[in-house]
Amino acid sequence: MKHTIIGTVVTGMVAAFATSAIAATEIQWWHAMGGANGERVDKIAADFNASQSDYKIVPVNKGNYTETMTAAIAAFRAHEQPAIVQVFEVGTATMMGAKGAIYPVDKLMSDMGEPFDKSDYLPAVISYYQMPDGQLLSMPFNSSTPVLWYNADALAAAGADVPKSWDDVKSASEKLLANGMKCGFSFGWQSWVMVENYSAWHNISMGTKENGFAGFDTELTFNNDAVEGRLQAIADMQKDGLFKYGGRRGDSLPLFTSGECGMWMNSSAYYGSIKKQAEFKFGQTMLPLDTGVASAPQNSIIGGATLWVLAGKSEAEYKGTAKFLNYLSSPEVQAWWHQETGYVPITTAAYELSKSQGFYDSNPGTDTAIAQLSLNTPTPASRGIRFGNFVQIRDIINEEMEALWAGDKTAKEAMDASVERGNALLRKFERSVK
Amino acid sequence: MLKRVHFPTSYLPYLLVAPQIIITLVFFIWPASQAMYQSLLIEDAFGLSTEFVWFENFQVLFEDPKYLESFIRTMWFSGAVALLSMGMAIILAGFADRVIRGAMVYRTLLIWPYAVAPVLAGALWVFMFNPTLGIISYFLEGFGIDWNHYLNKSQAMGLVIMAAAWKQVAYNFLFYLAAMQSIPKSVIEAAAIDGAGPLKRFWTIVFPLISPTTFFLIVINAVYAFFDTFGIIHAVTQGGPAGSTNILVYKVYNDGFVGLDLGGSAAQSVILMILVIAMTVVQFRFVERKVEY
Repeated sequence: MKHTIIGTVVTGMVAAFATSAIAATEIQWWHAMGGANGERVDKIAADFNASQSDYKIVPVNKGNYTETMTAAIAAFRAHEQPAIVQVFEVGTATMMGAKGAIYPVDKLMSDMGEPFDKSDYLPAVISYYQMPDGQLLSMPFNSSTPVLWYNADALAAAGADVPKSWDDVKSASEKLLANGMKCGFSFGWQSWVMVENYSAWHNISMGTKENGFAGFDTELTFNNDAVEGRLQAIADMQKDGLFKYGGRRGDSLPLFTSGECGMWMNSSAYYGSIKKQAEFKFGQTMLPLDTGVASAPQNSIIGGATLWVLAGKSEAEYKGTAKFLNYLSSPEVQAWWHQETGYVPITTAAYELSKSQGFYDSNPGTDTAIAQLSLNTPTPASRGIRFGNFVQIRDIINEEMEALWAGDKTAKEAMDASVERGNALLRKFERSVK
Repeated sequence: MLKRVHFPTSYLPYLLVAPQIIITLVFFIWPASQAMYQSLLIEDAFGLSTEFVWFENFQVLFEDPKYLESFIRTMWFSGAVALLSMGMAIILAGFADRVIRGAMVYRTLLIWPYAVAPVLAGALWVFMFNPTLGIISYFLEGFGIDWNHYLNKSQAMGLVIMAAAWKQVAYNFLFYLAAMQSIPKSVIEAAAIDGAGPLKRFWTIVFPLISPTTFFLIVINAVYAFFDTFGIIHAVTQGGPAGSTNILVYKVYNDGFVGLDLGGSAAQSVILMILVIAMTVVQFRFVERKVEY
């Protein structure tokens, strides 16, 4: 009996050695995509692995965005980092600050001799991750932008049009309530939707130094009349029951899909979930415009994540990484990913391909996100944001906004406090990356 | 001349305590000293640039009104959790002590919640109290209560206290039941013959006699509420709304692992470590001595 066990172990070990001897270079890819999207990530990796035999991409799910980033950082400190890690957009400044830890994608591609043309990529997507000199730091992968989701059945029943401005949102909400609905609208990811994107949409800076793109010595400035006025108006609407706060991130999704609220502002990437859960006709349209603040919308900014290449790996791994990143941004892969998930395609070619495949005709509204992102050439105020410690600053904005919705503070008090507390964290970050 | 007896030195005792010493060194002393060292640094997340700042991280903490708020909130939370879970447990144990038929089934059912992991316990309460989909919030609406713990601070706090206390009831129940069963039956019977009713017997005989258990449980529950409730908070409120359930241990996690402020987070965990040491000292020095057995 003992002999058989030893025999099995030895055979197993020999087999393991044998396979590793002929195996391709393994490249670790840590990502934060769970559930259905995790399976899609696995499929992309498997397809790439099947397309050639020199490299093997190994996707590993490390939990949510925060956990994935923390895991990669901890691994880097222990010299066990993966070659590729998916980091969400608010972690950009932290990754950038770690100059010795990252391998800019631009540099990787040219070092490895892979063809790479930045003009293939959608400007609104790529500009978020570029240095002021145009160098691209990380490869966009899953990007989305907030849109206005609406319950088409409910709006039609109440005799309301799909809103274009905040005044429309208010009147549509009033009509919905008059028609027996419990609430007019809600939103999630409130700092991203109501502060970051609201500012970009109306071409207002959120902070100095081009929203942090031009240097770490930036200061927050979003305690302006426009943002405060809008938030105060929403707080007032809340008193009449037109608006209902449903929690952070996507916690408020059930408010929309259960038919309690008629409109919901959140990421275009909720397409899959809404399609699965909503038992009514729904649609998506562009974010509402504050007509008192701007006469036309600028463009919205992205959320989601990019793939960062970490330093300290072997030449062969970098070669495979570069090949994989190229495969990932090919029109076929991108179009498939976009149509399956609701994330925006990162290249113009993928967008054109989806168009020619007739995806937007058979799924009306699914091009809202791209249309919003590429509405105008991004300005310094609408290109994106790049603040250090922004994960914590977003938490602060969340906290202060919750104080506003709870009636403890006015919009002005909440935004002033957010800016003051956020600036303290910016100074701390500036010091830590020196 | 003084006679000295020399025993041959034996390595056996050292060998026998070695595993314990090694475990303490590896799993407590080493990480704790790392945390203490880290608390004196300001460092970027990747550890590429480090600045030694002495006690600045602590100074920042004590000047931060949010930290002091969190401190007071934690005290409040711990007190409420301990009171609620111990109160429930003592009532249940009082009844279980008198049950004769089916006692085992009754006890086993009461001990069940203890086997539930904190995160799962939290998830359970989240489902029941979800403002839109939850069954309990649906019933509450029938009573005219608009339940929304995403927005209402006291509802959020109430929910995490309930969830945390519910999970600890089983543990307290076990100790109380054991304590009550160790009270000599003759004492209680004598009181019964003298005409004392069940309530009177409980307050004048049972309650004083189980006071050592009560004091022991106060310390255990306080430590539980301070540290082990992380999973519940993480699943139910994540510290919100507006930081109203952000207790100290959650803040350590949030600042360190979400915010990547390692120095500040380490400083907080050092403070927590001092607190738990202080509580243990209180337990051994004062409580155990003063309580009459």
